Amino acid sequence: MPKLPKLPAPPLPPPLREPPPRPGEANGEGGPIEDARQAGITVVDWVDERTSLSGAARWMMFRKVPKGTNWFYTLGSATMFAFLSQAVTGVFLAMYYRPDPAGGAYESIRYVTNDVFLGQFVRGMHKWGSSVMVILVFLHMGRTFFFGAYKYPRELNWVIGVVLLILTMTMSFTGYLLPFDQRAYWATIVGVNINGTGPLIGPYLSDFLRGGSEFGATTLSRFYAIHMLLVPGLLAALIGAHLYLVAKLGTTAPPWQKAETRPELRETEV
Amino acid sequence: MSDKRSKQKSKYTLDRNIPGAFEGETVTRRRFMTGTAHTAGAIAASAFALPALGFAIGPIFKSTPHHWEVVGTEGMFTDTNYVPVVLTVAPNIGEAGKTTVYVRKFNPELDTDPYDKGTPYIAISSRCAHLGCPVRWVDAAERFICPCHGGVYDLLGRRVGGPPVRPLDRFYTRVAGESVEVGPRFSVNSELKRFSPRDPGEPLDGIGQYLYPSRPGAQKL
Repeated sequence: MPKLPKLPAPPLPPPLREPPPRPGEANGEGGPIEDARQAGITVVDWVDERTSLSGAARWMMFRKVPKGTNWFYTLGSATMFAFLSQAVTGVFLAMYYRPDPAGGAYESIRYVTNDVFLGQFVRGMHKWGSSVMVILVFLHMGRTFFFGAYKYPRELNWVIGVVLLILTMTMSFTGYLLPFDQRAYWATIVGVNINGTGPLIGPYLSDFLRGGSEFGATTLSRFYAIHMLLVPGLLAALIGAHLYLVAKLGTTAPPWQKAETRPELRETEV
Repeated sequence: MSDKRSKQKSKYTLDRNIPGAFEGETVTRRRFMTGTAHTAGAIAASAFALPALGFAIGPIFKSTPHHWEVVGTEGMFTDTNYVPVVLTVAPNIGEAGKTTVYVRKFNPELDTDPYDKGTPYIAISSRCAHLGCPVRWVDAAERFICPCHGGVYDLLGRRVGGPPVRPLDRFYTRVAGESVEVGPRFSVNSELKRFSPRDPGEPLDGIGQYLYPSRPGAQKL
C-alpha cells in the first residue's frame, strides 16, 4: 500500500501528540495496523483542514479549571446526559406512539410496555429519566447558587439556566399527558387549570394549551407537538448557549478555595 | 427654501467621491441594499411565522355554537334529589370528551334565587370550581364532594368548605316536548349571579370577573 500524503500535524496538547519513533523502529513501515492508523489520521486531517474544528474542540475540551474543582462540578454534565438520554429514548418511543385521544394513545403505550422487545425498558428509561433530569437540574442549580457561580460575569448563564429549568418543567408537564390514562388526564386538567388561575392572561393561556375552551380532540396532539418538537429544539439550542458561556467564561473555584499567597510577590512596595 | 435644498449636498456622498452618487442623495446604495435585504427577509419570515402563530392561538378566539343535548324525559327527575347524566362536551374522543351533570327539577322552595326564575331544571356541573376534578353528589351528606383537594358544596352548588373559589358551574336547561335538554355552560358567583363560563380556579366575586375575562368567542344565549 502506498503511503498516503500527510498533512501538517494539528497543534495538539502534549499528551495527544504522536511520540517520535523509537530508535530502531522503522518510520511509517509498521504494517497494516500502522497503515490503518495513518488512514484514520488522514481522514481527521482532511476534515480539520476544511473546517478547523480541532481548534474549536481544543477550546471546548482542554480548558484550564481552577484548583479545588470537585465532583459537584459534574452535575451540569450529568443533567446534559440525562437530557440526551431523554432525547434518544424519546425518539424511539415516538416510533410507536400515536397521539389519538379516542383510545389509540393509551393502546400504543400499552403496546410499547407489554409487547415491544425492550419496550418497557425504554419507556421506563424515559419515564424515570424525566424525574432524574428534574432532580439533577435542581442539584446543579443549588451547586451554582451555593458556590456563588452565578455572579459576574456569569449572570447571563444563570438566566439561560432558569429558562432551561422552565423548559424542563414544560417537558415534564406536557409529557405527563401522553400515556392518556386516568392519572394523565386528570393531572393535565388540574395543571391547565392552575395555569388558568394567573390573572388576566391565565384564561387565554389555558385556552392555548387545550386548543379550545374544553379538553378536546386536539389537546393531546398539541401537547405531543410541544413535548417532542417545540421544547426539545429550544432546550438543545439553549444548552448549546449555556455550554458556550461555560467554556468562554470558565468555571469558578469553590468558595472555600483561598487564593494562594506567594510572599515574594507581596513584598514590593509601590 | 427649495433653492437651499437643491444646493445642499448629501452628508453621505459629500466629499467621498462615491461613483454614481448624485447630488442630494440621502441614502447610499449600500444602505438601500442592506435595508431592502433586511426587509425582504423580515417579510419572508413573517410570511410563515404569522400564519403559524395564528394557527396556534386561533382556538382562543374561536366561538363554538351552542349545543343542546337530550339527557332524559321529564319523569326521570325529581325536585329534591339529583340524577347524574353524562354530557358530551367534545365529540369523537370517547370518555375524555364526556362530563357528568347533576340534574333536578326546579324547586321553588329551594331555588329562591331570582336568577333561577323560569329555569325548568337545575343542571349542576360536576367540574370542581377549584381545579376541575370531578365532584360527586353524596346523598347521605347532601353535599357535592371533590376527591382531589377536598372541596365541598351544598345542594345548590355553593361552596361550604375547602379551596374552591366559587360555586359549581351550571348548565342552561329547556324542555322540548317530553324530553329534558341541557345546553351551554355558565358560571355563577357566590350569590348565584350568572356569568359567561369561566375555567375552574377563577373567582367571580369582586374584581374577579375582570381579572379573569371571559372568552372572546363566548356568545350570549
